[in-house]
Amino acid sequence: MPVEFTERSLLKYTQKVIELFRNPKNIGEMENPTVTTVEGDPQCGDMFKMYLKIEGDKITDAKFLSFGCAANIATGSMTTEMIKGKTVDDAGKISIKEIADGLGGLPGLKMHCAVLAYKTLKKAIQEYKQGKSGGDQTSSKGS
Amino acid sequence: MKVYLDNGTTTPVAREVLDAMLPYFTERFGHPIFVYSLGQEAADAVERSQAMIARTVNAKSGEITFTSSATEANDLAIRGVAYANRKRGDHVITTKIENPSVLRVCEELEKEGFRVDYLPVDSQGFVGLKELEKTITERTILVSIAHVSDEIGTIEPIEQIGKLLREQKNRIYFHVNAAAAYARVPIDVERMGIDLMSLSAHKIHGPKGVGALYLRENTPIEPISHGYISLFTLKPGTENVPGIVGFGRAAEFAFNGFEKHVWNMRKLRDKLMAGIEERVPHILLHGPRGDKRSPANVNYSFKGVEGESVLLHLDLNGISVATGSACSTRKLEPSHVLTAIGVKPEVAHGAMRFTLSRYNTTEEIDYVLEVVPRVIENLRKISPVKPEEL
Ligand code: FES
Repeated sequence: MPVEFTERSLLKYTQKVIELFRNPKNIGEMENPTVTTVEGDPQCGDMFKMYLKIEGDKITDAKFLSFGCAANIATGSMTTEMIKGKTVDDAGKISIKEIADGLGGLPGLKMHCAVLAYKTLKKAIQEYKQGKSGGDQTSSKGS
Repeated sequence: MKVYLDNGTTTPVAREVLDAMLPYFTERFGHPIFVYSLGQEAADAVERSQAMIARTVNAKSGEITFTSSATEANDLAIRGVAYANRKRGDHVITTKIENPSVLRVCEELEKEGFRVDYLPVDSQGFVGLKELEKTITERTILVSIAHVSDEIGTIEPIEQIGKLLREQKNRIYFHVNAAAAYARVPIDVERMGIDLMSLSAHKIHGPKGVGALYLRENTPIEPISHGYISLFTLKPGTENVPGIVGFGRAAEFAFNGFEKHVWNMRKLRDKLMAGIEERVPHILLHGPRGDKRSPANVNYSFKGVEGESVLLHLDLNGISVATGSACSTRKLEPSHVLTAIGVKPEVAHGAMRFTLSRYNTTEEIDYVLEVVPRVIENLRKISPVKPEEL
């Protein structure tokens, strides 16, 4: 049986992750968002909620709530920071790798937390595009 | 303030224990198998530790074998007895809430053709005697149950289980993993009908890397590792003499004033529980209350928050605790113990375990009770999940 070497620690976070965990950016509820999206991570049972304010296809504000681990809170901070000020199309081009790189990397086991933030963003953008003419969009999967 | 409340995971080595160990690294370094005085000095020290530990559980000295950990003791007990009794039977019974060092070994036995039943437990973690009795067959050779759940603190009815097993027509050996029970609840292998029992030094202010297996005289068992036999036929290799000395001293340290230490831990446990219940809404206690709960264990789910985040925030405030959250495990699954007692995954997400030792103080608990409500409140503010809805 081949021996699998395990990571030294589950919590071997970079300084950047810890910093954004201690002082998260853009965390909290948003009043009158253009889009609100909730995604769950079936792997560990977390929930991630994202609010976007979009004016003329430009993301003017982004906020999030997290029912997840430190990596989840840090990736939420990073993702919302990265998309603020971008057009919806540009924000849609951001990759999981860019989010993780922005944090100085994530432990392999915690990559799925970045995936969750990424998936929520993708879903929010999709919902915005689909319902552009219809005003406020709300999705509440899993809440 | 620094407050260590993860004593169920490991404890600091007591000064007294370290002092007892140190000479055995340097001046008294002899190999216990040799007849020259250096060897005999080491062998005597090992014997003293055996006697000390035996006394604390009402066993005989020779019934104690030192191992490298409780994990190894569990492996040796379960596989050793299973192999040695294979002709008589192939059925083993354990529970769903055992430590992985028991569960994983049982899974290995299954691969080798043994049959294993994993008993369910009730919502407080208790094994049902009726359920156990129903599960016993003519082919049952071994039952393995932890005395105290290291996670939720449930004290199992070991004495009644031991009695039930003795009443059976066939001889069924009873193995008890007592790593979380030792020095927290009184243990008497005679009264409780225990045939094999695993212990660990580092959970009672002894060193890491030392465990012990109590093995009742005349219990058929096969060694599971082979090599040079020094003092213990079941555990080949040179003994970890300094570690064994430390274990013996730690046992003495724990049982000198045992009742007082337990009383103290229970008092702090109850203070912590009352404080949490008074100050934090939307919580769920895991495990029983009162005398059937380990005096050292407190475990609550704080609904709507995630355990790893709580753990790290408490750490930033100098407090060390453990969590049963899926996020903190390699497999990203909630604790199997919480799942077995019927806790929903969303609720298990915020499960925090606080485990006490004799060193904890009232001031420390006051501090924890000041920090915990604040951390929970702050994390609830940033959670998309409403605690009252879970
Ligand atoms: S949110 Fe569960 S592991 Fe990160």
